[in-house]
Amino acid sequence: MAARNLEELQKRYASLGKAGGRGPGGPGGPGGRRGGPGVRAKGKPKNSRATVRRLAGYIAAYRFRLIIVLLCMLCSTVTALAGGYLLRDVYNALDRDADPGKSILLRIFLPDAVEAGVLTDAERMWCLGIILLVLAGIYAVGVVSTYLQGRLMMTVSQNAVEKLRNDLFKKLQRLPVRYFDSHPTGELMSRFTNDVDAIDMMINSTVTSFISGAISLVGTFAMMLYTNWILTLITLAFVPLYLFGGGLIGKKSAKYHSAQQAALGAVNGYIEETVTGSKVVKVFNHEEVCVEEFEALNDDMREKQFKAHFYGGVMGPIMHNLSNLAFAITAGVGGLLCIFAGFDVGGLAIFCTYSRQFSFPINNISMQMSTIFSALAGAERVFAVMDETPEMADRPDAISMEGVKGEVILDNVSFGYLPDQTVLKHVSLYAHAGQKIAFVGSTGAGKTTVTNLLNRFYDIDEGMITIDGVDIRAYKRDELRGNIAMVLQDTHLFTGTIMENIRYGRPDATDDEVIQAAKTASAHSFIMRLEKGYQTVLEGDGANLSQGQRQLLNIARAAVSKAPILVLDEATSSVDTRTERHIEHGMDRLMKNRTTFVIAHRLSTVRNANAIMVLEQGEIIERGNHDQLLALGGRYHELYTGKRELD
Amino acid sequence: MTQSNTQAQAQTTERLRWFKYVKPYLPWFIIGPLLMIVEVIGEVVMPKLLAYIIDFGVKHDMAEAPAWLTWLYDVLKTDSALVVALAVGMVLTAVLMMIGGVGGAYFGAKASVNFAADLRADIYRKVQKFSFSNIDKFNTGSLVTRLTNDVTQMQNFVNTLLRMALRSPGMLIGALIMAITLNGELAIILAVAIPVMLVGIFVFIRFGFPRFSAMQEKVDGLNANVQENITNVRVVKSFVREEHENARFAATNADLKRAGRRAMMVMICMSPLMTLCMNAAVLVVLWFGGNMVLNGTMLVGDLTSFVTYITQILSSLMMVTMLFMQASRAMASGRRIKAVMNEEIDISDLNAAFPDKQVERGEIEFRNVTFRYYKNSEGKVLDNVSLKIDAGSTVGIIGSTGSGKTTLVSMIPRLYDADEGKILVDGVDVKDYSLYNLREGVGMVLQKNVLFSGTIEDNLRWGDGEADMNTIRAAADSAQADGFVMSFKNGYESDLGQGGTNVSGGQKQRLCIARALLKKPKILILDDSTSAVDTATEARIRETFRGALRDTTKIIIAQRITSVMEADRIIVVNEGRITGMGTHAELLATNTEYKEIYDSQMEAAREQANVQNAIKKGEVKA
Repeated sequence: MAARNLEELQKRYASLGKAGGRGPGGPGGPGGRRGGPGVRAKGKPKNSRATVRRLAGYIAAYRFRLIIVLLCMLCSTVTALAGGYLLRDVYNALDRDADPGKSILLRIFLPDAVEAGVLTDAERMWCLGIILLVLAGIYAVGVVSTYLQGRLMMTVSQNAVEKLRNDLFKKLQRLPVRYFDSHPTGELMSRFTNDVDAIDMMINSTVTSFISGAISLVGTFAMMLYTNWILTLITLAFVPLYLFGGGLIGKKSAKYHSAQQAALGAVNGYIEETVTGSKVVKVFNHEEVCVEEFEALNDDMREKQFKAHFYGGVMGPIMHNLSNLAFAITAGVGGLLCIFAGFDVGGLAIFCTYSRQFSFPINNISMQMSTIFSALAGAERVFAVMDETPEMADRPDAISMEGVKGEVILDNVSFGYLPDQTVLKHVSLYAHAGQKIAFVGSTGAGKTTVTNLLNRFYDIDEGMITIDGVDIRAYKRDELRGNIAMVLQDTHLFTGTIMENIRYGRPDATDDEVIQAAKTASAHSFIMRLEKGYQTVLEGDGANLSQGQRQLLNIARAAVSKAPILVLDEATSSVDTRTERHIEHGMDRLMKNRTTFVIAHRLSTVRNANAIMVLEQGEIIERGNHDQLLALGGRYHELYTGKRELD
Repeated sequence: MTQSNTQAQAQTTERLRWFKYVKPYLPWFIIGPLLMIVEVIGEVVMPKLLAYIIDFGVKHDMAEAPAWLTWLYDVLKTDSALVVALAVGMVLTAVLMMIGGVGGAYFGAKASVNFAADLRADIYRKVQKFSFSNIDKFNTGSLVTRLTNDVTQMQNFVNTLLRMALRSPGMLIGALIMAITLNGELAIILAVAIPVMLVGIFVFIRFGFPRFSAMQEKVDGLNANVQENITNVRVVKSFVREEHENARFAATNADLKRAGRRAMMVMICMSPLMTLCMNAAVLVVLWFGGNMVLNGTMLVGDLTSFVTYITQILSSLMMVTMLFMQASRAMASGRRIKAVMNEEIDISDLNAAFPDKQVERGEIEFRNVTFRYYKNSEGKVLDNVSLKIDAGSTVGIIGSTGSGKTTLVSMIPRLYDADEGKILVDGVDVKDYSLYNLREGVGMVLQKNVLFSGTIEDNLRWGDGEADMNTIRAAADSAQADGFVMSFKNGYESDLGQGGTNVSGGQKQRLCIARALLKKPKILILDDSTSAVDTATEARIRETFRGALRDTTKIIIAQRITSVMEADRIIVVNEGRITGMGTHAELLATNTEYKEIYDSQMEAAREQANVQNAIKKGEVKA
């Protein structure tokens, strides 16, 4: 088979690879926490002011500390500038040609000598000592304030981010199932990883370096002006160059960066698909085509990635050497000023340092701006999740659900996930307490939807569902759910021991009760065969167990709960037919005295239900017990005899 | 596709040498750092030129001047002209530095991008050569990570290395040399300051790194916690455990904060301490240097330069530390890549006796085959299996999960190799075929099957790239897929979502069968590939097997007895052994295990028959 051409491949795989950051928990090791530049949060914030205000709320509690941080920042920047400036005094004190009146410290400590205009070497030495002592003091203050600033800011940012994460997580717990059904897991994950990380970075380092950059920019400028205005003008002449150059390269770099991202996305998407399906690739002798297609994508990426990296990498040297240029010109002009205008050597030396440093904060600020924007965009997305409508609150007069028998009635229930698509149409049914009701029908017929409605994962649009004669919306929702135990088709387990996983069904269950539940679900024997029995730690959704075993644990989890209503959604689909027969007794025990709703693929498992509902396109088209339905000779009969596909 | 593929597959494992990816781009790997050196030299020269301006241009201490400066002064005649000349020199240096920096970035990017692209391509090729057990060993998710994240990590490292590796140490050495030539006595101070800084860096690496990786682990843990919570949302809600989840997350989160604080503390202490060290060195230099100036043994300009050099030396030390940090990350990625590249591929056709032979009839024989998943484990997946399958016959295989059915059939196209015994196809050991020819002759529909993104036609063409539309439709029709495909708006042009998410399970299985049929294999293996297909459709598929695929050897693994009931022969597999063999009637009579499976499935059917009888007799109202 011929390899597809490049454009087609790119079109196909670019979108696939976009979500391509591997999920967490993978064998990443100490790999990139922030991933490549690719997974960096993107986009521009829409309403920066509101977002900033809200973020500020997270650090507002540390107002006092923040003020200290600000003071420390001011202090460390000022000491850095002052330290630099004092070098002028040092050089001037050593320079016999220099006018001693130019040095502040000399004027303070040796007013007489300065007045006289002549200093002896001993006086100079004494001066040097004094200046160095002052300098040492300034350095010490600077170091201490830098440390304090870092220390305090870390506490503030970490506490703020911890709270942000907790708030976000708590909010997730309150969101309706509908939200999770309509948002891919990866997207929600990226709120926690990329977006929160960007915010963390912003609070912790970006903002501080932004502020201290601004302070030192202003401070340096003031010092330059104070030292020599002509040289200051020369340095200022370079500012437009810095800004223009930075902007130009930044724009190019952003453009090539997104081209690179698209190419990388396609490559990663292709890898993801073909490596995951590599067994099929082998069975079809397809390796060479894959390699060919992969290389086309990979080679295409070379040029794009090169441009992105080049423009990304060139920014530093260009800006840095522009400031070296400023340094060179300053040195020349400054030298001439010394000769012709009586400018002091110490002044020249420190001014040169200033002119070299001047581009750093400018550079820094413009670079931090983009980080800040992307962090704000991330924060906006995080807050958007926090602003989602949570599950509706219980009615103020919501009633408790104690001693429920389990009589369930669906009265003319209609429901659609989307307003214009009805999934269930006028469904009515009556389940006496302790009865077993089964649903059969093909995919999309609405079987699982019924279970979504019982415990109010979704609220119905029309009709009414009652338990023991009371509308389920009138109960406290948590208690409603507590009274319905579910075993779902997707076997979800949690990181933790088997004991903890089963106990998830009822936190106050004793160890004995947990073991009893495991026996009911026929899980006890395989658990005991594990090296650590009930203390075996399950990791990554119980990856170390077979699908069938995980389903048995799910059943045990439901068994340990005392809920009077039980929902089994394809609970034994991965258990083979022989094992299923073995656990039949356990299942009977489990369902005894509980109102049970069963959805099953294998019709053999629903045979003994009190009533079987055959659903098609959201409607119950046949109902009755097994014998009645078979006798009817309708859809159930067709399904049961295998004349129709069921999936 | 040609046979060269098979030859490529057969290459013996070559140890990974990183230099292989450097070699084609060697000039860039050399020029890049060299240009960086230009920048470094400039960095060192600039303060020196400033010192000349101060000492000779402004202060005119010509006695101390080097010869070339004296000469220059003689030519130029005035101080101001000398200052201008030196400033022009500085401007030129800055321009050269810019060229060097830009060039360094250019070649660095070129080298690292190509290095990574070659490496990525090589890993991909290697993974394509992997056998099933190689893939199982790494698992596909981890292979994807290695191909994506780990390669990126290496690429970033190479880029930094090219731009920084010479720069920081170069700056360090350059500044050191300048400092020593400026004033040997003052440079003694550096002999104290540098070792102190080195100790600091060592402590940082020794205690800081583990804390950073501890933090990384906590980050992964937190992410895993969130992911688990999101995927398990229905369980959490149905058992009303939101509060419990909140508490669990808060604990994980607090844990991360603690680890983060421990790691950050190292950074927060490190940076002021280093600054302190640097400042102390500057003060000492100024004191002693100042005295020297007053004694007339040193020039003021030299002192200003010396101070600049100290700053350069110490900041390049910091840079080297960061380099170490990135290196340790890249090393971890490098190790993971190396594990893939150095993996011994356990299936090759290098020693095939008849590399040109093709599968012609489709007769299969297993001779005393034993297989273990892990070479030194006790448990055998297959234990001394012997079996003969005639060309063109249909064989059903039945047995509970984990009994070894899939492994047994996987050995025919050499997806796995037997540990003991051999498998013969057309009387020839499978190891004597080229892998390409063997697998061309065997069509296999895997249990965990995958469709790829693309149209339905694209996917079917995997079976035969050259097939015309009629052939494709015929194959699809045999697999009972043509009907539903044509019911789609775009027919065979319909796009399958990622991995075929927009077709039902039964439809997906039928497409997979069609794909295998297009290969026109001599041997067709269906591994539980009709489980989601309804029995009536399945019966029609079996009908085609009897007709169009009359001459093909067919092996069908199934859960449902009805799927294999009509086979020429049914094999019952249990715990790696063949425990029964025969036709349906024979096994029903002699094999209790088979009967048990049959009963569990047929009870329903019998009941149904009873009911129907009852209806006939009028006992139950229809």
